[in-house]
Amino acid sequence: MIASGQTPLAVSLAATAASLLLLFVVFELIRSRRLRERYALLWVLTGLVLLVLSAWRGGLNVIAGWFGVSTYPPAVLFAVALLFVLAVLLHYSTVISKLADQNVILAQRVALLELEVSARSETGPESLPDAVAAPEAPAS
Amino acid sequence: MRRIAIIPAFNEQDAIGAVIDELIAFDPDVDVLVVDDGSHDETADRARQHGARVISLPFNLGIGGAVQTGFRYAAQCGYELAIRVDGDGQHDPAELGPLLDIVVSGQADVCVGSRFAGAEGYRSSATRRVGIRILARTVSLLTAQRLTDTTSGFQVLNRRAIVLFAADYPHDYPEVEAAVMAHKHRLQLAEAPVRMRERAAGRSSIRGARTVYYMAKVMLAIVIGSLRRKATPLEDA
Repeated sequence: MIASGQTPLAVSLAATAASLLLLFVVFELIRSRRLRERYALLWVLTGLVLLVLSAWRGGLNVIAGWFGVSTYPPAVLFAVALLFVLAVLLHYSTVISKLADQNVILAQRVALLELEVSARSETGPESLPDAVAAPEAPAS
Repeated sequence: MRRIAIIPAFNEQDAIGAVIDELIAFDPDVDVLVVDDGSHDETADRARQHGARVISLPFNLGIGGAVQTGFRYAAQCGYELAIRVDGDGQHDPAELGPLLDIVVSGQADVCVGSRFAGAEGYRSSATRRVGIRILARTVSLLTAQRLTDTTSGFQVLNRRAIVLFAADYPHDYPEVEAAVMAHKHRLQLAEAPVRMRERAAGRSSIRGARTVYYMAKVMLAIVIGSLRRKATPLEDA
């Protein structure tokens, strides 16, 4: 077995500080209501995992050993960080897709309501077209 | 006193009719509002047939958004009292008496029907009970008041609470966070023991992996929520 490398203390300290900063910023964004808890959970998880891996050098060295990254354990830290960033991005892609779908439904609803309102104001409430019905809800 | 029953309902076509009938049987003068949270079934039609006013949301907002729609309506229409009942038939309107007494007499702004405050037990899975317990303990700590059932959606609220929640209400699963919020705004909370029934139809929306999400999200929300100052400036109604 090759003698495994150690995580330099400076790297560990810097990464710990960065993780703490990330967590602090996320919490502050939630507190000031600029980030909803729902969308913050993945960030909190990211921050916590990175914090543990940064601060606990022994653990990082062991995990690096499992993957055969024995020369430079912090590489595992970067890989994990990258994975989490990918997960967050993918999560946001699904969120944006849902928002786009809802936006279409809202626009259609508003247009139908406008039609109904203008029909009412032109001809009085008695002669409303029956066709103005609520649109179908999307399959979720 | 003008009062409104707010029933959020998502795909509750088999239960909603009975819920409305029971409410009107308990209190013939109550206005019943069903907030149809983007149901794919006959919920809205059934509710109308049973004499409720129905607001149909264009898509599913989750229970928080649906209930807040009801509070907005109640605030706008000047209701002095709101009764919150779930659409699945778990809550028996016949149990409302003590809750109403506490709010009408001014002992509290919000009174929650608790499954655990009384002697009679509530049958539920062990994990669910543990979850409910943890949340109740945390909220009790944050509000400096003993609360046993912070996830209950069986509540009576006065005008002050209606106005607050119309302006600002938590998303997704709102009850736990709403309790902390109400405390922050110096609203008085109270509990009264109630019996709850098994669901008449449908399934709980919180199950499986959702439980983990729910617990994590709610804990995060209440811990950070308790660090907030007043969420929004509240005018006294």
